[in-house]
Amino acid sequence: MHKYIAKRLLLILPTLLGAAVLVFFLLRAIPGDVCEVRLAGSGLYVDEAEIELCREKLGLAKPLIVQFWDFITGYVVWDLGDSMWTGKPVTEEIGLRFKLSLQVALMATLVAVVIAIPLGAISAIKQDTWIDYVVRSFSIAGIAMPSFWLGILIILGLLIGTQHFLGTPWMPPIEYVSPFKDLASNMAQLIWPAVATGYRYSAVATRMTRSALLEVLREDYIRTARAKGMTEKIIINRHALKNAMLPVFTIIGIEFAFLMGGLVVTEQVFNLNGIGKLFVESVQAQDFAMTQQLVMLVVLIAVVTNFVVDLVYAWLDPRIRYA
Amino acid sequence: MKSSLFKQGVAAIVGIAFALGAVTVSVAAPKKGGILNFVVGSKIPSYDGHIESTFGMIHPIRPFYSLLFRVNPDNPADPTDFQCDVCEGNIPSGAKGGTEYTFKIRKGLQFHDGTPLNAHDVKATFDKIVFPPKGVASNRKAMFKMVKSIEVPDDHTIVFTLKFPSGAFIPSAGMPFNFIYSKKDLDAHGYEWHKKNVNGSGAFIFVEHVAGSHVAGKRNPNYHHAGKPYLDGFRAISAPKMSVRLQAIRGDRAAIEFRGFPPKARDDLVKALGDKITVQESDWNCALMFTVNVNHKPFDDKRVRHALTLAVDRYEASKYLANIAIVKTVGGIVFPSHPLAATAAELEGSLGFSRDIKASRAKARALLKEAGAEGIEFDFNNRGVDQPYKVVGTWLVDQWRQVGLKPIQRVQPSPQFYATLRKKKDFDVTVDFNCQSVVNPIADVSKFLCSAGNHYSGCENAKLDVIYDRLLKAETPAQQRSIMREFETEVFDTAGTALTLWWYKINPHRSYVKGWKIAPSHYLNQSLDQIWLDK
Amino acid sequence: MVTVNPAADADELEELSKSWSSQLIDLIRRQPLASAGGLVVLIMIFSAIFANFLTPYDPEAASWVNQLSPPSAEYWLGTDAFGRDILTRIIYGARTALFVGFTAAFVGATGGLILGVASAYFGGRFDIICQRLVDIVMAFPLIVLALAVVATLGASTVNVIIAITIPFIPQCARVVRSSALAIREIPYVDAARALGFSHTRIIMKHMIPNVMAPYLIMLTTFVGQAILLEASLSYLGMGVQEPTPAWGLMLQGGAEEFAESAPWVPIFPGLAITIAVFGFNLFGDGLRDVLDPRLRSR
Repeated sequence: MHKYIAKRLLLILPTLLGAAVLVFFLLRAIPGDVCEVRLAGSGLYVDEAEIELCREKLGLAKPLIVQFWDFITGYVVWDLGDSMWTGKPVTEEIGLRFKLSLQVALMATLVAVVIAIPLGAISAIKQDTWIDYVVRSFSIAGIAMPSFWLGILIILGLLIGTQHFLGTPWMPPIEYVSPFKDLASNMAQLIWPAVATGYRYSAVATRMTRSALLEVLREDYIRTARAKGMTEKIIINRHALKNAMLPVFTIIGIEFAFLMGGLVVTEQVFNLNGIGKLFVESVQAQDFAMTQQLVMLVVLIAVVTNFVVDLVYAWLDPRIRYA
Repeated sequence: MKSSLFKQGVAAIVGIAFALGAVTVSVAAPKKGGILNFVVGSKIPSYDGHIESTFGMIHPIRPFYSLLFRVNPDNPADPTDFQCDVCEGNIPSGAKGGTEYTFKIRKGLQFHDGTPLNAHDVKATFDKIVFPPKGVASNRKAMFKMVKSIEVPDDHTIVFTLKFPSGAFIPSAGMPFNFIYSKKDLDAHGYEWHKKNVNGSGAFIFVEHVAGSHVAGKRNPNYHHAGKPYLDGFRAISAPKMSVRLQAIRGDRAAIEFRGFPPKARDDLVKALGDKITVQESDWNCALMFTVNVNHKPFDDKRVRHALTLAVDRYEASKYLANIAIVKTVGGIVFPSHPLAATAAELEGSLGFSRDIKASRAKARALLKEAGAEGIEFDFNNRGVDQPYKVVGTWLVDQWRQVGLKPIQRVQPSPQFYATLRKKKDFDVTVDFNCQSVVNPIADVSKFLCSAGNHYSGCENAKLDVIYDRLLKAETPAQQRSIMREFETEVFDTAGTALTLWWYKINPHRSYVKGWKIAPSHYLNQSLDQIWLDK
Repeated sequence: MVTVNPAADADELEELSKSWSSQLIDLIRRQPLASAGGLVVLIMIFSAIFANFLTPYDPEAASWVNQLSPPSAEYWLGTDAFGRDILTRIIYGARTALFVGFTAAFVGATGGLILGVASAYFGGRFDIICQRLVDIVMAFPLIVLALAVVATLGASTVNVIIAITIPFIPQCARVVRSSALAIREIPYVDAARALGFSHTRIIMKHMIPNVMAPYLIMLTTFVGQAILLEASLSYLGMGVQEPTPAWGLMLQGGAEEFAESAPWVPIFPGLAITIAVFGFNLFGDGLRDVLDPRLRSR
């Protein structure tokens, strides 16, 4: 097992390095940079010399390979650089927003689990009945519906609905408050994006629950249990569901890693100050320092999640270790 | 219940009065207290007004600082009505043939950290803006080319000596970006410190800035304008999407937005909230234009450039496009409500401004045919910002198609957009704009000189420089006006850059926000000291 | 032809059509969801091809007097801020969606097919390098990579296709490779090698036909994903540009700003995206059931 872990860990490093190379050079292929936009906001004439000066200060004038070396060695000495837009350390800027995105992601996961497991189970038990079709349609719709559009509809519904029934329009808060400070306000803001993203997420998990459960229900020991005259309820709850959960939690894990990416668009709709919004803003402002670290963070989350999922599998199924 | 209804009634009346632009002293005396929440649609690049140029910095940061003098907060609509801020008495008119401006500085002023403020701080501030040491950025250095020296004869007097008399000095010195910094801070921390730190003498004291979320300020008890500010504090909440800003006002998460909304959004708000919303409107010192790259064939041919401007129906746009975009007024190169601007009749005789659009478009088609450029496809560069750029861009595409041209819109985020204008110059036609704070037409129109650093058509026209030079030296308003017409006609004929519409500023806000008056620029009148909440 | 008994011919035809229609009914009975999906896909393709005949309006020309008019007999789904008919823009938008969707899916899946098969067939160092590259690209969430690519290349329809295609290639390569690995071990491939057939011939004749099932399944899945991704990019303003009719673009700007008084502007294009992707997903699920029974219902 140790050998397997070591082997998998060694595979992570080249992936991360490759991602770093990819994102670093991809960004620098863009013409123009943060200095151009910062100094020219109102169309005023700006000295070329001042733009050069700004570039020099931000280290953009150095040869690419030197910039890349600085970027990579930054991880060793834990200096991830400063945002080229605000001048503040990237770690500070990301840290500020990460907790919001993480909270939405966790809430969305919760929404997904709460919807997916019962729905998936019902769908499997009632396979090929109209209930199954309704559930499957509901879950495929979740994958089909753009979560940002669902978000637009939610806000629209809230504003119009509250105006209609309460007389004054109500809008979710547009500023983030820590849940430890004001839970009600926090929830009033974040529950909507959690539902909007959680629906899509639940759709994937529902499908997995259904198919995993169907597979388990075909296994011999379930047949034996049935033959022994156990009630269907006990079979499902005690045996089948329990055994079907592994692939379900795997897909939840894998999707979680990519949820951060999915928040990119949803955060725009709800004005959430999370890493998704930061990502779009820094891409548009050509804030290389910020963009590359954000991408690396998302990649790291994905790689680590996959690693953990693999380990769990290897631990449960020894054949994988020796494959 | 009754009293609140009454309040609403009063609010409505006050609102209407504001909306009509009448100079109204509020019915009731200003109430003290409360926090003003407002939404801001752009990011804060840094806190340093001397190097930044976006309202994303002005709206949240300006309230922390004082200026030497500012536009009159009770009459911001008048671009020449300046009022002392840290100075005392009237705004000086130039002595010694208009080359010497002497300001008296108020006594007993202090910065938020307790350091006293005197003429030395003002000098240190303007030295940074006008004579920045090598390696220090200053975005508006070019506007102070006329300044020879800045001296401080005593602690409460500052003297600006000019190389030559210039009507552009006062408007430049009154720009809202010229935050007064403490000499002590500049000496102790250097010229970079103000990018990330705030120590001003304005109406509010900096509390916190949570990046991407908000900036908060609290009341400055030692503010130098007596009895002000009325508010206990403010929160400038970041909301990059216009839809969110509108929803925020609608759901009362914010009371006001200081940039501007299109009329359709105003009507929706008023319809939903009635007299809980007050609307203020003004012409806006921003012009939206398109610039043609004369180094790209066939746009080197003046006839093709003329066709482009002839194809555009500005009057129809002023009626319909204006419903959904923050542009409205048909105008020439000068801010429309300024005395130097062309009158409606003068405009109608100018190239591209004829009321007879059918004739204009027929002429455009004929010119294109003559030049052998019928039905050409071309690249149309636009900026990835909805209001007003992308909306106007979509309209322009439609206009040009009506004379058979086939523009292909290429929308780029701001940085790439600027790179295309300045360095790559790989556009055929691009959206362009001229957005200024203090209304100062003679300085503002320099953008139309082919030789100007911020002119992107690549045209060459020495005649424009000659006329402009005469304009700078013109002594009477009448002379200025006639030379301006000459300049304008030449600009239209060169057709490197053509006007579409001037922006139009509409600020619908919660009616409980009192004491704020709309200015012709979203950079102006943002000290917030005169605002109070009628809640 | 002339000599054939016409009555018998008609009989035969009836027989044939009966079996054809009963087959269809049978298919619908066995795969009701997939059939519904297929129907959606057909409708989309139909409207994309015949857009010009389906609507009297121009999808791109502004019609100012009709600015933001609600659904009516004249404009079934209302008009947008420029007075353009929304139904017309949705119909033409199907063209954009399918163009982007099919191109990205086809190029992505085919690229993945080639890479996956080659990787499995040649194995060794080539395989290892390919797998590492696949790992790297797959560590990026789709939208993040697509955004970065569009930011580099600039926003346009072609660049959006490129941005969407790049992440598809490794996804498909991975799936195809695992199927192809199994085939490589089958004796006839060894036999073919022993007989001295060229690599190209073995790959084309024996490997590719045997990985067609996963390839086709990936292809249909990608079309739906590409449509969604294009909509997201366009919504962020980094995709297809005005005045081209595209569903994601129709949800942006004025659609949101004026949503409270003109809800038809954001509702219908979003519905179009949902139904289209829904259709492709259902169709893809059905295809999977038919082509690859082992994966049934996954």
